[in-house]
Amino acid sequence: MEKKIEFSEESMAVVQRLINRYPKGRQKSALLPVLHVAQAEFDGWLSAPVMDYVASILEIAPIEVYEVASFYSMYNLKPVGKCVLEVCRTSSCWLMGSEDIVKHLEKKLHIKDGETTADGMFTLKTVECLGSCGTAPMLQCGADFYENLTLEKVDTLVDKLKADGERKVYTKDQKVNLD
Amino acid sequence: MGKKLLLNHIDVPGIETLNVYQQQGGYTALKKALSSMTTDQIVEEVKTSGLRGRGGAGFPTGMKWSFLAKPEGVPRYLVCNADESEPGTFKDRYLMEKIPHLLIEGMIVSSYALGANTSYIYIRGEYFYVARILENAIAEAYAAGLLGKNILGSGFDLDLYVQIGAGAYICGEETALLESLEGKRGNPRIKPPFPAIAGLYGCPTVVNNVETIAAVVPIVNEGGAAYAATGIGRSTGTKLISASGHINNPGVYEIELGLPVEEFIFSEEYCGGIKNGRKLKAVVAGGSSVPILPADLILKTANGEPRLMSYESLADGGFATGTMLGSGGFIVMDEDTSIVKNLWTFARFYHHESCGQCSPCREGTGWMEKIIHKILHGHGTLSDVDLLWDLQAKIEGKTICPLGDAAAWPVASAIRHFRHEFEEFVNKGHHIKDVRHYYRLNHLPEPVGA
Ligand SMILES: Cc1cc2nc3c(=O)[nH]c(=O)nc-3n(C[C@H](O)[C@H](O)[C@H](O)COP(=O)(O)O)c2cc1C
Ligand code: SF4
Ligand code: FES
Repeated sequence: MEKKIEFSEESMAVVQRLINRYPKGRQKSALLPVLHVAQAEFDGWLSAPVMDYVASILEIAPIEVYEVASFYSMYNLKPVGKCVLEVCRTSSCWLMGSEDIVKHLEKKLHIKDGETTADGMFTLKTVECLGSCGTAPMLQCGADFYENLTLEKVDTLVDKLKADGERKVYTKDQKVNLD
Repeated sequence: MGKKLLLNHIDVPGIETLNVYQQQGGYTALKKALSSMTTDQIVEEVKTSGLRGRGGAGFPTGMKWSFLAKPEGVPRYLVCNADESEPGTFKDRYLMEKIPHLLIEGMIVSSYALGANTSYIYIRGEYFYVARILENAIAEAYAAGLLGKNILGSGFDLDLYVQIGAGAYICGEETALLESLEGKRGNPRIKPPFPAIAGLYGCPTVVNNVETIAAVVPIVNEGGAAYAATGIGRSTGTKLISASGHINNPGVYEIELGLPVEEFIFSEEYCGGIKNGRKLKAVVAGGSSVPILPADLILKTANGEPRLMSYESLADGGFATGTMLGSGGFIVMDEDTSIVKNLWTFARFYHHESCGQCSPCREGTGWMEKIIHKILHGHGTLSDVDLLWDLQAKIEGKTICPLGDAAAWPVASAIRHFRHEFEEFVNKGHHIKDVRHYYRLNHLPEPVGA
C-alpha cells in the first residue's frame, strides 16, 4: 500500500522548531535540516513526492527543493539499503588502508561501490574525508562513526547490523559496540 | 610542554557539561566582557592579540571584525564555520565534541562584541552527533541564563542556533556557507560585496572558524597582550593541529606557534615519529590544499634553517620550497607512500567537490583526475605530466572562489618535488596493473595502505 506522505506529529514539531530559528519570511533556511528529517522519516531517501511535500511545508517552489537535494551528497535521490556503509576514501584513510576495507566489503556483500545488496540491507558508498583522519580508516553508518577499522571489526559490524535489522539514519545515533 | 590556551581542561571528566566547565573557570570571559568591557574594547583586545583566522586563510580576526558594517536598524550576524571538510582536518570536531561550552562562550562574547543578536553555528551534516552535543550544551546555557534575553542582567540578548549541512566541502567557503544557510545550493558568491557588508540575508555578517571563536575566550580572559606574548612573531597564540597518516600518535594537538616541525613529528609528546620505524617521505602540513613538501624541506627551509610550525616559517621559500599552515591538517607519509596515488585521492576529491560554477574548476578538476588516473594505471606518457602542469596553472587564480587554487596547488607541488615518481609510472607503466605491482617491480616493501 502507498504510504501517505505526511510527517508524524513528532517530526512536524521538530520541523516547526527548525523553521522558528530563522527570521520571518526566511523559512527556506530550514530546508537542509528539514530534508534530513524527511529522509529519515521516509525510508532513507527523497522521492519527488517527498520533496514536493517539503516544498509545500516551507512554502517554496518544488524546484528550489530539487536543486538543493541534488547538490548535497548526504541526500539520496533513489532508494538505498537500510544501512548505508560510507567508507572514507580520501588521503589519510587511504594511507591507512581504506582500499582494503572497500575491497573486503565488496567481496563480503557481493556488491560494488554504489550498489545495494539484493535483500535491501546494505548500500556501499565511498565518500570523501569525514574528519576522522586521525582514527583512520573509518566508515560512517547513519549518524555513527566507526573508526580505527580493521577487517575483523568490519565483519563484526556487518554481522551486528544485519542481526539488528534496523534502518540507520543520520538524525539518530545508533552505534553498535564492536568490542 | 608548550602553553595551552584552549585544551587545558580537555581531560577533566565531565568537561562537556556546563557545571564542570564552570568549575574549571568557564564563562568568566563572558562575565568579564558583559560586566566590564565595551564592545569596542573587546574588538581592540582581539586586534592586540594578533589572532589570525584558524579556518585556513589566516586573516587577522580583529581587522575582519572592524570591517563589519553597522547601518542603523539592520541586524548583524555572527556565523561560526564548523563545516570542517578539508581533508586531514579534524580539530574542530574534537573541540566541539570534547568542550562544547568553549565554543558557545566564544560565540556569546563575540556576538556581543559585534552587536549580533542572532548567531548560527553551521556544522557539516556528517557531524550530526556533534551537533547534538552542541545543542545539549546550548540548552544548558539557555537554562542558566547565559543565552536568551538579558544575559546575566546585562541587557544583551542572543539566540544561538546550530544549522546542519548536508555533505559539501564547498560550504566551508564562507559565501557558499551563507548560501547554504539560506537554504540554497552551496555556490560561492562573487566578492565584493564581502560578507562584512552583505552576508546572511544581505545583512552585515562575520564568518569565523570554530577555533578562532574559541580563542576569543582566553583573549578576553587574559588580555590581548598576553595572547600576543605566546607564539612567535606574527604567528601569535596556539594552534590546534590535526595529525594523521603514518605516525605513531595520530590525534589533535594544541601547539604553541613556533614549535619546530621536527619536534612535532618526532617527539613522544606529539606525533611520536613514523610508524613501524620507517623513514619520513613527505608531509602535507595544512590540509589537502597546501603544497606537499618532501622530508628535507618540511624539516628545514631551503636556507637550512629549522622549519617551525608558524604561518611565516611554513611559507618560507614561497611555493618553490615552502608551503602553508592552512587549517593545520598535518598528513604524514612514510617512505613507501606513492605520492602519485595520494595525489589522485586529492584530485578525485576536488573534482567531486567542485560546485561547477566556473569552467576552469569544473572541467579542470575533472581532467586532472583523469590524467593522474591514466598515469597511475600505466597508460600515461611524459607529455601527460607536462599537460597536468599546464592544466593546474590554468585553473589557479582564474575562478570565483579559492577551491580552484586549492585543487591546483597539490598537483603543482607534487610535480615540482616528485616529478620522478610520475616519470617512473610512465616509464615502467605498461607493467603496472595496480599500485602493488609498482612496488613489487621496484622491490619495495608493500605499503600498509596501498
Ligand atoms: C573551498 C574552501 C573550503 C573552506 N572550508 C572551510 C572550513 O571547512 N572551515 C573553515 O573554518 N573555513 C573554511 N574555509 C575558509 C572560509 O572561507 C573562511 O575564510 C573562514 O571560515 C573564515 O574564518 P577565520 O577567519 O576564522 O578562519 C574554506 C575556504 C574555501 C575556499
Ligand atoms: S572555483 Fe570551483 S568551487 Fe569555487 S565557485 Fe568556481 S566552480 Fe565553484
Ligand atoms: S581522510 Fe578519511 S576521515 Fe579524513
